[in-house]
Amino acid sequence: MMYKDTPVIVTQKGEVEGQRMVPKAELPHVDAAAYYGDASRPGKAPLPNLAEITVLRHYTNLSLKNYGVENGTYPLGSCTMKYNPKINEDAASLTGFAQTHPLQPDSTIQGNLELLWDLEKQLSFICGMDRFTFQPAAGAHGEMTGLLLIKAYHEKRGDTDRNVMIVPDSAHGTNPASAMMVGYKVREVKSNERGMVDLAALKAAIGDGKDIAGLMLTNPSTLGIFDENVIEITKMVHEAGGLNYYDGANLNAIMMQVRPGDMGFDVVHLNVHKTFSTPHGGGGPGAGPVGLKNILAPFLPVPFVEKQDDQFRLVHETEDTIGKVRGFIGSFGIFVRTYAYILANGQDGLKAVSEGAVANSTYMFEKLKNDYKVPTSTKTMHEFIITSEVLKSKYGVNTMDVAKRLIDYGFHPPTVYFPLIVPEAMMVEPTETETREDLDQLIDAFKKIAEEAATEPDLVKGAPHNTPIARPNETQAARNPVLKA
Amino acid sequence: MNGYLPQDRASRQAMLESVGISLDRLFDMVPDQLRFEGESDHLQKEGYAEYEVIRALDALASKNVDSKRFDSYLGGGIYDHYQPAAVRHLTQRQEFLTAYTPYQAEISQGTMQAIFEWQSYICRLTGLDVSNASMYDGASSAAEAMLMACRTKKRSRVFVSEGVNPEIVKTIRTYLHAVGFEVVLGALDKNGQTESFLPAEEDEYAAWLIQSPNYYGIVEDLTGFAEKAHASGALAVASCDLISLALLKPPGECGIDIAVGDGQSLGLPQNFGGPTVGYMATTNELLRRMPGRICGETVDRDGKRCYVLTIQAREQHIRREKATSNICSNQALLATSATIYLAMMGESGLREVALQSQSKAMYLLGKLVETGLFEPVFKGAFFREFALRPVKDLDLVALNKALLDDGILGGYVLPGNMWLIAVTEKKTLAQLDRFIAAVTRFAGKEVAK
Repeated sequence: MMYKDTPVIVTQKGEVEGQRMVPKAELPHVDAAAYYGDASRPGKAPLPNLAEITVLRHYTNLSLKNYGVENGTYPLGSCTMKYNPKINEDAASLTGFAQTHPLQPDSTIQGNLELLWDLEKQLSFICGMDRFTFQPAAGAHGEMTGLLLIKAYHEKRGDTDRNVMIVPDSAHGTNPASAMMVGYKVREVKSNERGMVDLAALKAAIGDGKDIAGLMLTNPSTLGIFDENVIEITKMVHEAGGLNYYDGANLNAIMMQVRPGDMGFDVVHLNVHKTFSTPHGGGGPGAGPVGLKNILAPFLPVPFVEKQDDQFRLVHETEDTIGKVRGFIGSFGIFVRTYAYILANGQDGLKAVSEGAVANSTYMFEKLKNDYKVPTSTKTMHEFIITSEVLKSKYGVNTMDVAKRLIDYGFHPPTVYFPLIVPEAMMVEPTETETREDLDQLIDAFKKIAEEAATEPDLVKGAPHNTPIARPNETQAARNPVLKA
Repeated sequence: MNGYLPQDRASRQAMLESVGISLDRLFDMVPDQLRFEGESDHLQKEGYAEYEVIRALDALASKNVDSKRFDSYLGGGIYDHYQPAAVRHLTQRQEFLTAYTPYQAEISQGTMQAIFEWQSYICRLTGLDVSNASMYDGASSAAEAMLMACRTKKRSRVFVSEGVNPEIVKTIRTYLHAVGFEVVLGALDKNGQTESFLPAEEDEYAAWLIQSPNYYGIVEDLTGFAEKAHASGALAVASCDLISLALLKPPGECGIDIAVGDGQSLGLPQNFGGPTVGYMATTNELLRRMPGRICGETVDRDGKRCYVLTIQAREQHIRREKATSNICSNQALLATSATIYLAMMGESGLREVALQSQSKAMYLLGKLVETGLFEPVFKGAFFREFALRPVKDLDLVALNKALLDDGILGGYVLPGNMWLIAVTEKKTLAQLDRFIAAVTRFAGKEVAK
């Protein structure tokens, strides 16, 4: 089937008269121009009045130009593109959840509060933390919130010279950007040849420790490598008076096997849209709940749930709270899905998830390590890095070409050119919800592309060949921005 | 139960053995002392079957009072507007629902164009030049706008009208306190407007922030506000409800530099306050200072129209600690939902929603004042929402409690014994009359006591 041309919706001819979504008016309309005077809109807002079928066809045709988890394997490293259970969607849309208002009296939202209370206990258990806040709207937002907690902790102790956050060079870009959001300076430490934090470099970064607010670490790292020195690392930071922040982007690798709290971390954010199966929605909404040890509890964002004699209530004010990082309670609808996922798995299931994730990734890595260059021989967990360095030097086929050619084979490409410390990187994370057959097909595609790079490099460089569009001209987009119609 | 895993332990073992790896040694890289073996009262060992999951969730949902069973008059930033059926059906399509951020343009033109259309609608409603792909919510969007203004103006203080929703004000305080910036609050006059209490021209603020309709529903004079803000060298920022912009002059035409707000009112479920979707629109001059993703139109290799994420040199994955913000994930699906809502409603539908909400709110306000129990707190023109104050002794919390027995979620009780009441197009005249009768009944009983 051909992909249909889909002119931008606002430019489509819309002359459909009347509307059928709002019942007939029972009262005379207010004369808006007279009532609002100078504040009223001159004329009508320039929005087309479209036929319902036009809208349905337009967005259905647009959707066909997308690729989702149900289209095929989506090995996007660090993004954990696992299956998003359908029942979660049904649960979140239950009227009793979806049609509740954040300003309702506590007595009328006991179900919501009980869910959050339970979920706080569950996530605390999974992460080895004491408390959780549900305010942050996404992973990066969670990072900012976690760092605000660290900052409040130091400030409360009058320890105000601590303004440096140590971040490894393999970290996600959000880590240094989040540190900036709370006014911290970033001190980068490099990775050693095994893909772990270089302890000597860390020691040097800590120095006399007086300016160290803390450390942000992703473990396993974006290289998929579990840092065997993690206890030593968190101890060094604690001894310098800093706190340890765990970036939970890769929690899927270790869930119920090892807990951030036990590794010496004081605060952690989770990407529930990764580990806990809530859908990515083409870029969001995710949610980034933050777990913390009791030393940080006085600074919890508000509101949070408290239980008194079988009744739940929201606490809106505390003396030392960092305040609010968004409106109302948090992305509740996302947490309904999170909760449903945890119930469906149970503790044993969650442990099997991490085992499955690491098993699938390890299997793929073993099958591909001779076809592509690997940056380190260190054992990896839920994701691994292979590179197109050899293909590039020998045949002029780079990582972007390999990624685009994978699309021709029916797969979503892996994360490319990240982490930044590995040239021509492809970060592959198959997740636990893929069958062995799915993995084998993806492995075959990678192998075939490596062959094609040698035999038919132009085929690879011209990819993709069967998509709604060919490679876009990004330079033109940035040089002459057209940002609306 | 296997959860959502297609393989059991035995098949995992077989798979790994085929490549010479032992399943039991899979986690050898984790130091022994860290391997976790524990249990919790809060997490059952075995997973639930699908039916058990939905039964458990249904039981929790049933413990709530929702606005389908009850008539709700709550607003304060979250509004119960009708969502056309098509919106949910379309946004539940897995191609929109399960896709990641559109990093691979060739297979994400659906998400890309939907975002481009969101940006187009936002620009058309706000009258501004450019919009980003969305923010977390209205509150964080306002906070990011304050930071953007501080960076642009190289000033470290912002002025925020007291008419701005306290949820937004609190969020701004958190964001600005983090980098040592100051937030100064301004008061409202008897009309419920900020006008008389603006800062002096010589006061150096990076931004002035106003909300219209404000927290009490009052429509503010954005044009006068923007003029005065500019005269003092500050950026003029306005938080605006998108439904109201069917009737009200777009902020861009009033001289506002940055418009922010929450798109929840565009038919998104109330969701206990989240997730919603924030928007941000600004002028061409400020484009490169804007946080968040931006989608742009371009052509592909064959000259075909297409869309890409663009002007990314502002963003965290390129600039790291020098980025304009740390925002990465946003609210793309909800932006898509709001976009489809606008496509479904069109100008005529959106106008009808706005007009009926307002006509019904005015009717209810008039009738409640007629009871002799209340007076409006402010005199200015309002939209969809108004604040009342009891004329005599009347315990609003007790009133709300009594209303619950009548199947009504009454207005929100504000400090200073004010009652904030929102009315959307969904309310029928019969429901409004029922509300008035219930209020009158309660007051009668109180007098009898």
